[in-house]
Amino acid sequence: MAQTLGGEMFRPETEDQVLEAVSWAVSEQAPLEVLGHGTKRGIGRPLQVANGLDISGLTGITLYEPEELVLTARAGTSLEEIEARLAEHNQEFAFEPMDYRALLGSQDRPRGTAGAVLATNLSGPRRLKAGAARDHVLGIRAVTGRGDLIKSGGRVVKNVTGYDLPRGLSGSWGTLAVLTEVTFKVLPRAETEETLVVSGLNDADAADIMAQAMGSDAEVSSAAHLPESVRGRFINGALPGSAATVLRLEGFPSSVAYRLGKLEAMFAQHGSCSRLDADASRALWREIRDVKPFCDGTTRPVWRVSVAPGAGHQLVAGLRLQTGVDAFYDWQGGLVWLRMEGDDEAGPVRDAIRALGGGHATLVRGSGDLRNHVPVFEPQEPALAALTRRLKEQFDPQAVLNPGRMWAEL
Amino acid sequence: MTSPNMPDPKTDVLANRDRIVEDLRDIVPGEGVVDATNQMRAFETDGLTAYRQLPLVVVLPETVAQVSRVLKYCQKYGIRVVPRGSGTSLSGGALPLEDAVLLVMSRFNKVLEIDYDNRVAVVQPGVTNLGVSNAVAERGFYYAPDPSSQIACSIGGNVAENAGGVHCLKYGLTTNNVLGLQMVTIDGEVIRLGGRHLDSEGYDILGLMTGSEGLLAVVTEITVRILQKPETARAMLVGFPSNEAAGQCVADIIGAGIIPGGIEMMDRLAIKAAEDFVQAGYPLDVEALLIVELDGPEAEVDHLIGKVEAIAGNNGATMSRVSTSEEERQTFWAGRKAAFPAVGRISPDYYCMDGTIPRKRLPEVLAGMRELSEKHELAVANVFHAGDGNLHPLILYDANNPGELERAEEFGNDILRLCVEVGGVLTGEHGVGVEKRDLMPAMFNKDDLDQQIRIKCAFDEQHLLNPGKVFPELRRCAEMGRMHISRGQLPFPDIPRF
Repeated sequence: MAQTLGGEMFRPETEDQVLEAVSWAVSEQAPLEVLGHGTKRGIGRPLQVANGLDISGLTGITLYEPEELVLTARAGTSLEEIEARLAEHNQEFAFEPMDYRALLGSQDRPRGTAGAVLATNLSGPRRLKAGAARDHVLGIRAVTGRGDLIKSGGRVVKNVTGYDLPRGLSGSWGTLAVLTEVTFKVLPRAETEETLVVSGLNDADAADIMAQAMGSDAEVSSAAHLPESVRGRFINGALPGSAATVLRLEGFPSSVAYRLGKLEAMFAQHGSCSRLDADASRALWREIRDVKPFCDGTTRPVWRVSVAPGAGHQLVAGLRLQTGVDAFYDWQGGLVWLRMEGDDEAGPVRDAIRALGGGHATLVRGSGDLRNHVPVFEPQEPALAALTRRLKEQFDPQAVLNPGRMWAEL
Repeated sequence: MTSPNMPDPKTDVLANRDRIVEDLRDIVPGEGVVDATNQMRAFETDGLTAYRQLPLVVVLPETVAQVSRVLKYCQKYGIRVVPRGSGTSLSGGALPLEDAVLLVMSRFNKVLEIDYDNRVAVVQPGVTNLGVSNAVAERGFYYAPDPSSQIACSIGGNVAENAGGVHCLKYGLTTNNVLGLQMVTIDGEVIRLGGRHLDSEGYDILGLMTGSEGLLAVVTEITVRILQKPETARAMLVGFPSNEAAGQCVADIIGAGIIPGGIEMMDRLAIKAAEDFVQAGYPLDVEALLIVELDGPEAEVDHLIGKVEAIAGNNGATMSRVSTSEEERQTFWAGRKAAFPAVGRISPDYYCMDGTIPRKRLPEVLAGMRELSEKHELAVANVFHAGDGNLHPLILYDANNPGELERAEEFGNDILRLCVEVGGVLTGEHGVGVEKRDLMPAMFNKDDLDQQIRIKCAFDEQHLLNPGKVFPELRRCAEMGRMHISRGQLPFPDIPRF
C-alpha cells in the first residue's frame, strides 16, 4: 500500500516478524517508517527514510469479552472491524476516535488501525467527558527500537503494577516502539442521544454557556460552538440560522429527555433553543469529530489547538487581528480547529497559546514544505525536551523508528 | 515481618551525616530539617507498619525552589531520596532508607486555585484527597477518585500510586483525573506537564509519572479535574447464597450496559465483622453481599434500580434493600468503609492484599483462596471492588504465634500469583512498593522489566530516587544501555514485503 524511497517495505503478519524487521533495522542502522493504513501519514515532519514497516497485515481481534468490557486486537486490525464487532454487543470505544481521512485526503484507505489509535492518542468530542485513547488503554505488546519484545499493563481496569507504559506509548507516533497488540477498555453504547442547539451566540457568550452546561449536573457529554462561518457546512446546512452552540446528551431515553429539559430551562433566555434527534445528533457529532468544514480537498494549513476550554475563543479573537483564520470549537472551547489563510502562522498561533496560559498546537494539515520548516508539534521547554530525548534514547537509541517525525532532533 | 532486602547503605553518606544535615539546613531553614531520632520515629514507617527504618534525615521543604535545591544537592553528592506524602501507602512505598533523605511534602498543603469555568483545581501535593473535594463542595463539585484513606492520604501520594476508590469503574482512576503536573527531577529541573487543557502533547510523561511510586521525580503541583455531583445517588444492598451468584450478578449488570457509580462485594466473614462493628443493617444469613450504587438524574436512578433488582433476582438474590435517604445510603457504605478496622477487631493482626483479576475468574480465585487458606491454616476475609475485579483479601493471623506471620506472607504471595495466573495483576491500587517488589518476575519477564528500568534511567540515572522499591534489582544504567544485536543479519526472507 505505502510507497517507500526504494528501500525495503516489510509487511509482517506476525509479532515475530515485526521483531525480525526491527532487529534488521537496528543491525543495519536502517531507519524505518512505521505505518498502519497510512491515513495519518500526512501529520508530522516528512520522513526521509528509505525503508518501511507496514503493520496493517498484523490483524485479528484476539480477545473480546463484552461482560468484562475488554477487547484486545493485534495492532494492524482495522478500526472498522473492531467497531463492527463491538456494535454487535452495543458497545464502543467511548473515546470516539476521530477519522482524519477526509481532512487529509486519504479516503481511499481503510479507517486506520488499533495500534495507530493509541500511537496517535485519538479521541473525539466525547473526550470532554470520557477521555482520549490513553484513558482507555489497559495493556500493550510492542517491539522497542532496541529490538526487544515487551509487554506492559494487562487486561484489567485497575492495575498499578510497574510504570504505566501503555499510557507512556500513547501519542508517541511510533517513535518509541512498534505496537503489536493493544488492549482497550470498552463501554456500553448509550441507548440514545439528543443535542440541544442554542442559536445566535457570539464566541464569548457561547464559551460562557458551555461552561455553565458542563458545570451543571445535566451530564453533558460533548459541547461545541460552531460560528456562523462554518455552521452551514455541517449536516447539509440543517442547523438553524446563525452560530450554533451545541450540547450533546446521551443515555437512557427518559434521562436524556429530562436533562435536555433542564438545560433548555437554563438557557431559554440566552438564545433560541432547538433540538436535534438521535440521527441528526449522531451525524453532527461525527462531522464535528472529523472536522467536516475544513475537509475541502486542499492542503491549506489546518491547526489543532488544545487550550483551557475558557481560552479558546480568546485565542481566535486575538489571531483574527493578525491573520486570516476560520475556526470552530470542540471540547467546550478547549479544542480549536483553525484553518489558516496564510501559510506560516505557527508563530502567532503559539505566541497566543503561551499568552493564554499554555496548551499546544499541532499542524495537522500542511504541505510537505511547510511541515519541513515549521515545528509540527509544539516545541518543548529545554528541560522537558531533554527528558523527552532521554526517553527516546532508552527506547530507540539508534533512532530507527520514525526518526524526526515529531521533532527534528528525535 | 520478615525484613525486606534493601540496597546496601552508602557508607560515605552515613559517615558524612552531620555535614549533610548542616547543608540541608542551609537550604531549608527553621524546622524544615528534622534529625533527632525521637522526632524521626514518626516517619519510620508508612501504612505497611511491619517494616520500619529510620531515615538519614527528614526534610520538609516549603517551596519549589527548596525542593529543587535539595534534589540538586543530593544528586551532586550521590545521596538517596525517598519522597513521602501523608505516609498512608500500604505497600511500603514511603519506607525510609538508612542512608536516604526522607523528603516529606506535607507543608505543600495549599489549594492554589479553583477554576469552575474550566472545571479544574490547582493544588499542592500535600493537600488531602478529601481536602480537594471539600474545597469545591460549596458549588456542588467534587474530585472523583476516592481511596478509602481519602481523609488522610495526600493528592501527591495519590499521583505517585495512581490511587483508585469505589468510584473508579465509572469515573476513572487518578490518571484519568489529573490534567497537569509540576515536578522536579533529581537534577533539580522544574518541569511542567499538561495544564488546564485536556491533552498533553508529546510523550505522555504525565501518564508515566502517575503511579511511578516516587521513583521518577518529585511532584510539586497538580491540576485535577473536578466534577459536578450527580443529581442523586442511591445505594442497594443485595444478598446472595453464594459468591458465585454474586459474581455472576455483577457480570450481568455490566453486560446489560449499566455502569454503576460503584459495586462492592463482601464475603460472609467480612459482612459479619462489619455489621458487628458499625451496625450498617447488613444481612447475616447470606454468603455474599453486594453494595451497588447508582447515580445520575432521579428518574434514571429509579429506572436502573429496577433493572438491577431484576438481574439480582435472576441470579438468586435472597435479599435486596434500596436506600431511601442520604443517611441510609451513607450507612450502607459505612460498613464497607470500616471493613478493614472491623476485621482488625476479630483478629489480632491482618494482612491486606491487593490484586486484580478478570471478573469472571472470581469463582475459581475464591475457590483457590479457600484451598490456600487450608494449606496455610489461616482464615481470609474478602472485601473488594467487584466492578473492576480489584480484590482485597484480608489474611487473619496472630503475630504472637511463632511462624504465623511468615505463613501470612506466603499465603499473600500465593494469592497474588494466583491473580496473575488467571490473567490479572499483582496490584490494583496499593502499588508494588517494597511489598510486592520480589513478585514482579511473576508478571514480567526480563525484557519487560529491563525496559521499565530504562524509563527510570531516563529520569534518574544514578537510581537516587526511592531505590529498592518496585524493582527486584536495579542494574546500572550504563550496563542497561548495551544492545545485543550483531550486524550482518540480512533482510529476513520470510517476512512478506512489497
